[in-house]
Amino acid sequence: MTDNQELQVKEKQEVQSPAEHTQSGAVFTPLVDIFESEKDIVLLADMPGVKSDDLNIDLRENTLTLAGDIAPFEGPDETDILIEYEVGKYYRQFTLSEVVDQSKIEAALNDGVLKLTLPKAEKAQPRKIEVKTG
Amino acid sequence: MLWRRLEDNNPFGRGWRSPFSELENMRRDMERLSDLMQRRSPFQAFRSGVFPALNLTEDKDNYYVRAELPGIANADLDIQMTGNGLSISGERKIPAEDGNVKYHRRERESGKFSRIINLPKDVDSEKVEAKLTDGLLTIKVPKAETAKPRQITVG
Repeated sequence: MTDNQELQVKEKQEVQSPAEHTQSGAVFTPLVDIFESEKDIVLLADMPGVKSDDLNIDLRENTLTLAGDIAPFEGPDETDILIEYEVGKYYRQFTLSEVVDQSKIEAALNDGVLKLTLPKAEKAQPRKIEVKTG
Repeated sequence: MLWRRLEDNNPFGRGWRSPFSELENMRRDMERLSDLMQRRSPFQAFRSGVFPALNLTEDKDNYYVRAELPGIANADLDIQMTGNGLSISGERKIPAEDGNVKYHRRERESGKFSRIINLPKDVDSEKVEAKLTDGLLTIKVPKAETAKPRQITVG
């Protein structure tokens, strides 16, 4: 991507889910970059306003779930004049095709960007199982 | 002044009680429109088409301008105040990865941006504060003394 490009406004995408939400408030899909090298898979997600305590990363089976909560940051006496973007939680799920070494997952949250490094598991060694007799 | 005839020539069938009822309808339509604009829903949010999208709120003493700017360093952000105009410009840099990585998704974008927004009333440009935490920019612009609401006591 070139550096001189002008940034365009992107409408935040609300999560389209067949299941109904039990909590009120808008839920948005964070924008992500996912790339893989030989050793690991790296995921970068834009989640502005999410603090590290409010971020939930869950890897179960092959499904990776990102969920970020937003703490209210407006003062109680503020009234709106112009509203161009919505504020809400973030939620997105991914299915991983590679086997990931769960114990070595690293996550860092800087300036509203989550960097998740998922090391690929070493190929499971074929193990021979001896059948004892007697 | 040209008056419409009241009884006949009424294509919509609603009885016109006064020649100003049309104006009344227009006023109601305008109100409905502005209601729609103020609703906090993504489909009715006001769009300027310029990055970044801003939210502007006020309380008694200050205006607050907020924007979501994830992954932008303080040094890459330039905020200026001229009169009532607040300009926000900068650049979002996404460092390039090694040549041999393969992308599954690439939705985040980098690039330059600049935007100006005019605040509704006089402000005290000396005391503007800006902070960037967790990718969230908050600019606090104090209102000038003349723009603050003044309590009037009934004597």
